[in-house]
Amino acid sequence: MSRYFTTDHEWVEVSGDAGTVGITDYAQGQLGDITFVELPAPGQAVNKGDSVAVVDSVKAASDVYTPVSGTVSEANSALEEAPELVNAEAESGGWLFRITVSNPGEIDGLMDETAYKAYIAEL
Amino acid sequence: MNEISEEPADGAAAEPQPLALDNWHREHGARMVGFAGYSMPVQYEGIIAEHLWTREHAGLFDVGHMGQLIVSGAGAAQALEALLPGDISKLKPGRVRYSLLLSESGGILDDLMVTNRGDQYYLVVNGATKWDDIAHLREFLPDEITLNHLDDYGLLALQGPAAGKVMEALGVKPALEGAPELDDLKFMQAGSFLWGEIELGISRTGYTGEDGFEISVQAEHIAALAQALVEMPDVKPIGLGARDSLRLEAGLPLYGHDLTHETDPVSADLAFAISKSRRAEGGFPGAERIVGLLEQGPGRIRAGLALDGRMAAREGALVFSGETQVGTVTSGGFSPTLQHPIAMAYLDAGVAADGTVLAIEMRGKRLEARVVPMPFVTHRYRR
Repeated sequence: MSRYFTTDHEWVEVSGDAGTVGITDYAQGQLGDITFVELPAPGQAVNKGDSVAVVDSVKAASDVYTPVSGTVSEANSALEEAPELVNAEAESGGWLFRITVSNPGEIDGLMDETAYKAYIAEL
Repeated sequence: MNEISEEPADGAAAEPQPLALDNWHREHGARMVGFAGYSMPVQYEGIIAEHLWTREHAGLFDVGHMGQLIVSGAGAAQALEALLPGDISKLKPGRVRYSLLLSESGGILDDLMVTNRGDQYYLVVNGATKWDDIAHLREFLPDEITLNHLDDYGLLALQGPAAGKVMEALGVKPALEGAPELDDLKFMQAGSFLWGEIELGISRTGYTGEDGFEISVQAEHIAALAQALVEMPDVKPIGLGARDSLRLEAGLPLYGHDLTHETDPVSADLAFAISKSRRAEGGFPGAERIVGLLEQGPGRIRAGLALDGRMAAREGALVFSGETQVGTVTSGGFSPTLQHPIAMAYLDAGVAADGTVLAIEMRGKRLEARVVPMPFVTHRYRR
């Protein structure tokens, strides 16, 4: 299993063709208290870079872009009642959706954890 | 991730200026953002925690971006009345009034607080509009009236049910012998006080719906005052994020969002700011149009909307009754106190009655919204 990151602060963990997507701890810290998460429907086909979820904080709403193309297989239903889970566990229990990856080659364009840490250190 | 409803940039595009408390905010863990031309704390520990703390205890806000102005000279009240719809000449010393700077067409150039300080009038205007306000006042006040910008003063707000107790513990005395004690001030009253040797201009006013005070102090003393206040167990520093969610719950409009130069006071549901005698006599900018709107009723009016669920309606969202667009949201967000989203919108008068069920369009979805009276959260002013 490997985890990859985007410059828009999403993460995707990939195992075979199964991916899990969320926003990074850095991103949740920037957004502040999250009050609502709009999640994609299972079965939805998405292309890399599509806006597939929205994270609403007290301040503002933010699009979440999928880091990889594929078909959404599951949305994190725990977030419907407890969107604050994204604040508390952005990179674990606060995942947003699972996806069946259609083009594993897209992973090559993403950052690994070391590169992402270096990237946010510059922001 | 990309913020899709970030607040529009307010004020100057130039590099934000530091407030007198800049270092103090950073030392207290603030995240700073540019707002109204200043670098300001948006949050410390988190907006919801800060919001709830203010409702339950007392929050300290740095509002030093706002403009503090002094208008003085013989006939200052009458000169202000030529620019505002308030009955300034009947405002007693030590009293504060909410008023509006109006354009010739009756549009709101800014909303502001006017205090009668006895020998002069003290105005607090919005940060993002203060330079325009100053230019407007300089242009329209007669030559014999003096306008001073207190740019070497800071402004703090202490808000929440514990604010009175906190100020008592701070130990301030009236600057003038025989003047009312701070605790005797009621909502919309003000006075000059001493904290040790330091002079504080204090009013029992605020922007949260809670009891509380706004404290004007020379910038060189503001860090010591802020520190003395947050060292009290009931006080925490509160950022702009919670200031916005608190004022929204209190039903208080935000200039640049709920009020603009195109908004008239009647449609803005601020008719209370047009004093009775002024309605009869006129003599303020846009009087004819505004008095007409008072008589006929406005075509659109600022109203409150409550939503179920958790998805917030944001500024700019359109409001529908069936397939007809009947309004636009000007402020909206999740209410930490009520635990559901709330919004202010301008609605066609025919659909603005309390209880009317409407729909707000957000990201292609229709959210059911009900017209409700404002404030959304009951004011707890010291009357």
